[in-house]
Amino acid sequence: MKSFTVLQGVVAPMDRANVDTDLIIPKQFLKSIQRSGFGPNLFDGLRYLDEGEPGQDCSKRPLNPDFPLNQPRYKGASVLLARENFGCGSSREHAPWALEDFGIHCIIAPSYADIFYNNCFKNGILPIELDAATVDRLFAELYASEGYSEEFEVTVDLANQTIQTPSGETIRFEVDEFRKHCLLNGLDDIGLTLENAEAIRAYEQRWRRESPWLFDSVR
Amino acid sequence: MSGQTLYDKLWQSHVVQQRDDGSALIYIDRQLIHEVTSPQAFEGLRLANRQPWRLDANFAVPDHNVPTEVHERSGGVAGITDPVSRLQVQTLDDNCRDFDILEFEVNDVRQGIVHVVGPEQGVTLPGMTIVCGDSHTSTHGALGAMAQGIGTSDVEHVLATQCLVQQKMKNMLVRVDGQLQTGVTAKDVVLAVIGQIGTAGGTHHAIEFGGEVVRSMSMEGRMTMCNMAIEAGARVGVIAVDDATIEYVRGRPYAPRGELWDQAVAAWRELHSDADAHFDRIVELRGEDIEPQVTWGTSPEMVLPVNGVLPNPATIDDTGRRAATERALHYMGLKSGMSITDIKLDAVFIGSCTNSRIEDLRAAAAVVEGRKVAANVKRALVVPGSGQVKRQAEAEGLDKIFTAAGMEWREPGCSMCLAMNSDKLGEGEHCASTSNRNFEGRQGFGGRTHLVSPAMAAAAAVAGHFVDVRNW
Repeated sequence: MKSFTVLQGVVAPMDRANVDTDLIIPKQFLKSIQRSGFGPNLFDGLRYLDEGEPGQDCSKRPLNPDFPLNQPRYKGASVLLARENFGCGSSREHAPWALEDFGIHCIIAPSYADIFYNNCFKNGILPIELDAATVDRLFAELYASEGYSEEFEVTVDLANQTIQTPSGETIRFEVDEFRKHCLLNGLDDIGLTLENAEAIRAYEQRWRRESPWLFDSVR
Repeated sequence: MSGQTLYDKLWQSHVVQQRDDGSALIYIDRQLIHEVTSPQAFEGLRLANRQPWRLDANFAVPDHNVPTEVHERSGGVAGITDPVSRLQVQTLDDNCRDFDILEFEVNDVRQGIVHVVGPEQGVTLPGMTIVCGDSHTSTHGALGAMAQGIGTSDVEHVLATQCLVQQKMKNMLVRVDGQLQTGVTAKDVVLAVIGQIGTAGGTHHAIEFGGEVVRSMSMEGRMTMCNMAIEAGARVGVIAVDDATIEYVRGRPYAPRGELWDQAVAAWRELHSDADAHFDRIVELRGEDIEPQVTWGTSPEMVLPVNGVLPNPATIDDTGRRAATERALHYMGLKSGMSITDIKLDAVFIGSCTNSRIEDLRAAAAVVEGRKVAANVKRALVVPGSGQVKRQAEAEGLDKIFTAAGMEWREPGCSMCLAMNSDKLGEGEHCASTSNRNFEGRQGFGGRTHLVSPAMAAAAAVAGHFVDVRNW
């Protein structure tokens, strides 16, 4: 698993609530059997003016000039500032794969859909939850800073659980201890779980005795 | 100390290890696998040189991008025209063969949408923990199981360890008492719930659906309810086991038999919330107040009764909601103040893991019988949820009713719910759809989805616009 420690990067806005995973990566790109290469199709329906197809050379497609990630001031963004319930809808891990492949390693939003939130940690992406008023303020600061790039870079420090904004403010965020530990160290969580193989086997034996019909099945 | 909810019981009976930080290692009884979210998980196993922990806990079926037209379907995997889709379905077959996992292949008569096939085959049983790389796995909670969607990394994790690392969710009870009006179905109830609590209303919660209306619902209706728990933000939807559950499971191909059946039933009888169970949140609706529902926007919470009028953004104070309403009206090509019944339709889709079971097809057929699809409806697809549903429907003559009305009768699969195969909307087309998501582009680039019940979709197909099926 990829690790996340400290990230200094440009922030781009995704200023709408309920951004669903269909919007993050439309279904036609889910036909791939690979785990990488989804970046050019991140937010495909918003980013381009035409309909995207898998395997297409996206460099020749017409860009939507109104979409923030297409604007020079947000070039190279690695942090996405978003609204409530980000990542709702389907369980497709292609959504964090697309974000990561594009170069987004951190998201800041008031809330996330459960499955998406969980999927982020598996892919080296840190989803930070801040209260709606703070997110509002960050949007306002972001929009107020023209010319940008260097002007609105934030520093996200996972070990200390802080975000440093260009105005010098330090915002603290909460994160689950176990997830933080895995993300900081880029740990393979399957390997971690398998360290408990004996406990799993013991449970399984007991469960098989108590509920034998669950083990009498699909072969 | 108060009693336990159904979710508490399911959770507690599956804890392998509780951790200090509140997370737990949870044992998974069944993993359902389909072609879209599994290739990278199998690849991960190979790269790490790992074997599946317990082969017989897994079951696979291709559904998302299988073709539904007879001529394309008849050639099996090799006949799939789109090479990218073909490779994905072929990869599932190859992985299941290599790892020795039971799979119903594309032209097996038992094939279908994984959330239809699981319960239908008895692969889904009460009391199980079930996962699948698909958010609509919540469907299986209708049988008193703890079922949830997971990402591909977790698919791999469950394959390798038979466990999931998770925090326990909070408990929400959605109680619907009273009685539904004729023509109002489970789909309308769950859309009304989403309209009330919002698309994030159930986040971090497991939702139990209860009350007289749910108790008197068929298993198909209960599956429709739990299926859409995720559209309210809840990964898990559950319904208590009762006689209807047990009668539904009895005799299914993979259900226990003989002495094991009796043992199982005795255990399943305990799968309900205790009378004094604590819920963190309770939402109540009256059945008789619920009208047929139609979504007008680009989120399932943007829903109105069929006799409703589209909202006016200018009257919404919250800036975020106002912007979302404006954007949705613009995307949908609709004007505020317009009546739902004035929305004209270009397409109708009856199918998906929400509404493609036999009861759904019967309800739709009853509405279109002896009638014709309106001239402005260019396409009306009926896609059964599985080969078994298709057979049953044909035995009852439902296919003839649909085709006589000018509808297309297709092979089973996810089809136009998410348009990964060739069944998709054209840009700007309005579709009355029995599926679960009306997101931008969901059913095709620029397509405009309106979520409704099967009866409402069928009535809209005949009328060419939305009509109140209570007056049908």
